[in-house]
Amino acid sequence: MTTEVSPKVTVPPKGTVVLEARGITKRYGQVTALDHADLELKAGEVLAVVGDNGAGKSTLIKVLCGAVVPDEGQVLLDGQPVHFRSPLDARKLGIETVYQDLAVAPALDIATNLFLGRELRHKGPLGTWFRLLDKNRMRREAQHEMDQLKFHLPAIDSAVEKLSGGQRQGVAVARAAIFARRLVILDEPTAALGVRESGQVLNLIRTIRDRGLAVILISHDMPHVFEVADRIQIMRLGRRAAVATPQKHTMSEVVAIMTGAARGDEGGERNGG
Amino acid sequence: MPVSKRTGSSLGRLITTPTFGPLIVLIVFCAVFSFATKTFLAAGNLSLVVQQSVIVGTLAIGQTVIILTAGIDLANGGIAVLGTILAGRLVAEQQNPVLSLLFALFICTTFGFTAGLLVSRLMLPPFIVTLGLLGIVTAITRLVAQGGAFPVTDDLLSWPGNAFAVGDTSITYGMIVMFGLYVLIWYLLTQTAWGRHVYAIGNNREAARLVGIPVQARLLSVYTFAGLLYGIGAWLALGRIPNADPNALQSANLDSITAVVIGGTSLFGGRGSLWGTLIGTLIVSVLRNGLTLTGIDPLWQDLITGILVISAVALDQISRRKQR
Repeated sequence: MTTEVSPKVTVPPKGTVVLEARGITKRYGQVTALDHADLELKAGEVLAVVGDNGAGKSTLIKVLCGAVVPDEGQVLLDGQPVHFRSPLDARKLGIETVYQDLAVAPALDIATNLFLGRELRHKGPLGTWFRLLDKNRMRREAQHEMDQLKFHLPAIDSAVEKLSGGQRQGVAVARAAIFARRLVILDEPTAALGVRESGQVLNLIRTIRDRGLAVILISHDMPHVFEVADRIQIMRLGRRAAVATPQKHTMSEVVAIMTGAARGDEGGERNGG
Repeated sequence: MPVSKRTGSSLGRLITTPTFGPLIVLIVFCAVFSFATKTFLAAGNLSLVVQQSVIVGTLAIGQTVIILTAGIDLANGGIAVLGTILAGRLVAEQQNPVLSLLFALFICTTFGFTAGLLVSRLMLPPFIVTLGLLGIVTAITRLVAQGGAFPVTDDLLSWPGNAFAVGDTSITYGMIVMFGLYVLIWYLLTQTAWGRHVYAIGNNREAARLVGIPVQARLLSVYTFAGLLYGIGAWLALGRIPNADPNALQSANLDSITAVVIGGTSLFGGRGSLWGTLIGTLIVSVLRNGLTLTGIDPLWQDLITGILVISAVALDQISRRKQR
């Protein structure tokens, strides 16, 4: 039984734009972190955002997940302008973010972590009057969701600290996938992981995309980006320098645009979008 | 790292339960003292052991919840003493006992609320906040007491000390109140979202914030609620002591921390259980009682308690290091 936990969103048809950022500008004193940056994210795709340090990718992501309020520019969700004041605002509109530093509570078990902050209570007076948690239902649904995501974990009631780094990251990504209704933002999800563990997390990202969610992946790791991304947005000097695809571009071309050795072709995406 | 499909056998689970170690220690002490003296296991004596643990046992509930959030409370004994003095003096001055008691509860709760505000809003370290509060509360206590002590003659104030007999065992109302509070807080900690948030905040505060837990509000509720528990602790104390005395319960602050730590709750927050705290309280109480009965100088009690505290913290530290 799946329930309201993962509201199977009326998944927008693949290719429709779910999130759009237009002319986002953010200044910190004299420093312009974002200079009229744009971004377009489509349903059912993994959009990688790459860029050198200081290119503005993390500021752009913070704007999209509500952690930073931009000075100028517009964010559109399903074509509607939205104004996020905090990450909570973004979450309410179906945007889930997985932060770099493994945002899990290690002493708590997997099911508890998956439902942390969104615990399910018993139906009826036990839940409303006595605030009694429905632990069985949370365990069952956690197991169900992990099966759906084809992510292998030990028993759902084992403590997260007993898991490997990849499995822990899997729990954090799965939590976002379960509760996201529109898109998932992943900030360097494989940065701390070994090869095999990265593979598990990348598989998970593909599964999420195949469910129809849109995914933004921030990564420094070019091979990972090319392995999983449908499109690659290259940031340079606070704006979008180009959008590449793994099919039509090589890693060295992407790196060349990142570093400024080659001109980006902003506006003229070659895949025709 | 190989990961088994199941977390482990039921025996394995039992041994890794945080209350298992403290429970063994309690059983061993009880066994030793029942062999060493004939009187230890007498119903009257066991009742006494529990009666002696009622005050610290109740303060330790608040202490447990605060330590679970990775905080600490150095002022709880001081707050409880202030509660006894306020209620004692007001009643001695012919005020309405019910209102006097409610006023004492309210003041204790207010001090918990104040600590909560400082810890959650101003992000001050709980150690410093409660150390400062201990000084403030102790000073207020002495100002209110004005060098005197107030005999507890009122029926309502001394009610927790009243007893009824079940067979040979005398049960005080204070014992029932304490056990009731343990059940209530156990329920809140383990069966409600609030409890999970308490553990999560102590375990990884940043993660708790990022998943949308209102960390500040939860911390404020924890300290405020702890203040109310200290007020109830003050009432239970009035049931056990003949006078509301500003010099009473001097060691209660640290005793409550001792009980929590011996009970297996981690001082780093996020790990532990409330039943462990009850067991920890009983261990200290059994030790004191047993040593007295066997005629050993009770000073040894502090020495053994000290060893237990250090052992408990060392075990916690070692197990945390293994998890890395």
